Amino acid sequence: MSRETALVNADWVAEHLDDDNVVLVEVDEDTTAYDKGHIKGAIKLDWTTDLQDQVRRDFVNKQQFEALLSDRGVATDDTVVLYGGNNNWFAAYAYWYFKLYGHQDVKLLDGGRKKWELDSRELVSDLPKREKTTYTASEQDKSIRAFRDEVLDAIGAQNLVDVRSPDEYAGRLLAPAHLPQEQAQRAGHIPTAANVPWSKAANDDGTFKSDDELRQIYTEAGVDWDKDTIAYCRIGERSSHTWFVLKELLGEENVKNYDGSWTEWGSLVGVPVVLGDEKGEA
Amino acid sequence: MCGATEGGLSLDGVDVKKEAIVQGQVLRDGEPVGNAYVRLLDRNGEFTAEVPTSATGHFRFFAGPGSWTLRTLAPKADPVDRLVNAAIGEIAEVAVAI
Repeated sequence: MSRETALVNADWVAEHLDDDNVVLVEVDEDTTAYDKGHIKGAIKLDWTTDLQDQVRRDFVNKQQFEALLSDRGVATDDTVVLYGGNNNWFAAYAYWYFKLYGHQDVKLLDGGRKKWELDSRELVSDLPKREKTTYTASEQDKSIRAFRDEVLDAIGAQNLVDVRSPDEYAGRLLAPAHLPQEQAQRAGHIPTAANVPWSKAANDDGTFKSDDELRQIYTEAGVDWDKDTIAYCRIGERSSHTWFVLKELLGEENVKNYDGSWTEWGSLVGVPVVLGDEKGEA
Repeated sequence: MCGATEGGLSLDGVDVKKEAIVQGQVLRDGEPVGNAYVRLLDRNGEFTAEVPTSATGHFRFFAGPGSWTLRTLAPKADPVDRLVNAAIGEIAEVAVAI
């Protein structure tokens, strides 16, 4: 993958608004944002109800994902263009999710909803009508998803990238600062993890920085490009954004997202945790 | 959840005595700006969180105690930075004019 295949800009989207084989999908942290206005023709996926199992902590399974996309009128060979607010935070999560289930042609709108709005481009309230399809997903691609035992084994052996804010990394905050902080789990980070806040990869308007700038940011944080990498955050969404940067923009081979992330790690009995700004020892 | 609700979360059910709250309203010529984005930057200028403003221009963060910068982005306006101090059990109220 590369920037040319994984990203599109607003002009490209504007030119393809009436292309039936291009499906715009809004995925927002604020799940009501779509209802107040969205890009013409865009459908909505709700990350809290559509993309998560409602009983266990896990994603919807292959059959549920197929049923969801069939119902929303997304075909297996459609070009899916994802966008959302907050620098595409949740859109990047959905991108990773589509890749997890093997969707071939999926892209992100660079800058997402924020840049679209800041540029004063049109948002509409009309709901699109799409014919139902028979969507076929693949089995989960576990080469891009890390589980906790793998993360434990990666300490001191692979790059671990903690993409939360410096205060969450050090244990001074337990959640992003727009959320209440009271939580059950322990604060801190996984030993040896480099702290590269996900937002470093984005400009203020939400677009991605250049490949050269991105490579420099991770190099300076101590990422060894000869090693495999696992990214994590609090619940796996912000780290999808970093996974996108490392795997899809910079073309690194073995990059996984640990979607259990801090809400799992910080609640596990017996695993090592480091407090403070230093990475800590393996 | 990990997401940003427009305007920031409501205080219903939140124990405000344990939170360092930063909140306020974005205004243009005295009118609320409902399509702005407010970012919270830490003492080193590092991005910590962002929320879209509500229809009434409001935003809210649950910060840690200390010094923060609010950076406001809105269509057809230059970014505006405002310094704010937060403390546990207090609500720092900030009006941002763009």
